[in-house]
Amino acid sequence: MQFDQLLQYTLSGLSTGAIYALIGIGFSIIYNATGIINFAQGEFVMLGGLLTLSSLELLKLPLWAAIPCSVAFSTLVGILFERLAIRPLKQPTPINLVIITIGGSILIRGLAMLVWGKDTHAIPPFSGDTPIAVGGATILPQHLWILAITVVIIIINKIYFYHTISGKAMRACAYNRRAAGLVGIDVRRMVLFSFIISSAMGAVAGIIVAPLTMTAYDVGVMLGLKGFCAAIIGGMSSGISTVIGGLILGVLESLGAGLISSGYKDAIAFIILLLILFIRPQGLFGKADSERV
Amino acid sequence: MKKLSVLVCCLSVVLLTASLSCASGTIKIGGLFAVTGPASFLGEPEKRTLELLVKEANEKGGIGGQKLEAVIYDTMGDPTKAQQLATKLIRDDKVTVIIGPSTTGESMAVIPVVEKEKIPLISCAAGIKITDPVKSWVFKTPANDHIAAEKIFAYMTSKKQKTFALLTVTDGFGASGREQIKVLAKQKGFTVVADEVYGPKDTDMTAQLTKIRGIKPDAIICWGTNPGPAVITKNVKQLGIKTPLYMSHGVASKKYIELAGTDAAEGVMLPAGKLAVYEALQKSDVQYKLLKGYDQSYKKAYGVEASTFGGYAYDAFLLATGAIKKNGASPEQIRTGLEHTSKLVSISGVFNMSSKDHNGLDLSAFEMVKVVKGDWALLK
Repeated sequence: MQFDQLLQYTLSGLSTGAIYALIGIGFSIIYNATGIINFAQGEFVMLGGLLTLSSLELLKLPLWAAIPCSVAFSTLVGILFERLAIRPLKQPTPINLVIITIGGSILIRGLAMLVWGKDTHAIPPFSGDTPIAVGGATILPQHLWILAITVVIIIINKIYFYHTISGKAMRACAYNRRAAGLVGIDVRRMVLFSFIISSAMGAVAGIIVAPLTMTAYDVGVMLGLKGFCAAIIGGMSSGISTVIGGLILGVLESLGAGLISSGYKDAIAFIILLLILFIRPQGLFGKADSERV
Repeated sequence: MKKLSVLVCCLSVVLLTASLSCASGTIKIGGLFAVTGPASFLGEPEKRTLELLVKEANEKGGIGGQKLEAVIYDTMGDPTKAQQLATKLIRDDKVTVIIGPSTTGESMAVIPVVEKEKIPLISCAAGIKITDPVKSWVFKTPANDHIAAEKIFAYMTSKKQKTFALLTVTDGFGASGREQIKVLAKQKGFTVVADEVYGPKDTDMTAQLTKIRGIKPDAIICWGTNPGPAVITKNVKQLGIKTPLYMSHGVASKKYIELAGTDAAEGVMLPAGKLAVYEALQKSDVQYKLLKGYDQSYKKAYGVEASTFGGYAYDAFLLATGAIKKNGASPEQIRTGLEHTSKLVSISGVFNMSSKDHNGLDLSAFEMVKVVKGDWALLK
């Protein structure tokens, strides 16, 4: 085994892993604020990519303007989704809500199919596609964008959750909704916030990955599932452990495909998911839940 | 009493229309296409093509004074549904020939029905199982995958490339291609030095390609449909791999070049159905006029380029109407007519059927092309 091959596997894995991490954090934020798994998370990834495409082609916006435009629209869809599908529910039991998110994801995917058709679309890379050599391996400028934007988003997240009132309030909801409500936190508003943040993050993930992987109405399914895996490995935390979960998943997939067999690439992700759920349901880095004594 | 009279009225209207359609002598052609669902990229152009052709034929007065009528159902790519709808076409709609279904799985499910009811079926799916072994009532229009592979091997022989890495998608198209390529490679004396796969929704194939790069084969053959091959093309460029890259006929459309990017796709070679590259063909090619006509009328009617898949339905329509013109419009006459088709110039190629070959295409159905500056160039 040559060193440059190993390096290539790791680099490829890290850049795919960063995407999984971004999507995974979206899952965790909503889970922490509402206690539900939002299976429509992958659809925001898809919307991010496709809306950017439309802004570029229909509105003729330059790339730097198309991106915020697309994030804003995806966030709007996230808000509508929360307002129209999640909030009006009479009996908001987790199982009902989870099924609603699955229904919502099918609906969004169907609408996207009608609007953008069934074809795959390409988005131009942010800054050219001349490969950059790192040791014996190569990466694309887009990979650097992905890694950089992921880092920036994680830092913003950290600041928001630990240093702002609404971030702290959201964490309070995650610990104990009832108690948070009793001290005067508007829990429902926090739920809306969580949808805003995670749909925006999903859209960003969808945009930065689209130049590499292309985008279509159905890209959200697989990416969503992988992001979910990342969140499970990270124990549904909205911080660094989900990021590490995503990176581990990406690197293992890439090493598995390179060293063992590419036929088992997806199997590796889901075997890890099952192992984590069996052995460490609190996540790889989580402490066992000691609250319910 | 009132109810009864309404019933009688309805009944008489139904009888009247039924007798009318008999009197005018329409020829009913059944269509089974996966218009929605995962295989809709096949079914949609097929349905549109058939509708377009039936309309054009009727404007010209039909066949021998008889009008054509297409009864088309959406199978949603589901074999069970396809089977039910085939029965419906035969029993209720009384069609004399069925065009479709779009996928191999559906075709295999429909075959027992048409064999039992003795109605000719012209499948638009590529699977070799459909016509091998030959079934008396079953025909198909797309060329077998191994013909495309043979075309690649013939070209590789001329370039003295002996070893290759295989990279296939894990769906039906990739799996059947992988099997046939491996058998064919053994027969023709090629060595498969790497046998890698990827998922249809995978977004990064650098791991597989890094492994292949380490093995240093003479060529890479990738077998899949978009978007996978476009991702692979980008990855190959990223990794700086200079090994010749061959793609399957599954990506023979401008869409592939657009997705992969003109730069990355430069120099990629593939066997293409002639429709995709007709602009690069010699004007004297027997198919040229037909291909151009189809592409232009399709563009006029639907605003998008005609696709190879729609071409399969075109072939089926030409085969069926050719058989009707020559032999007559009963199912048995159509079947015999189809089997005796010879030198029928159509979209996918020139068809020569026989009792041993219910597909009728050979190596001439494909042209080896190379991507040069974002367009196709013929390879000699």
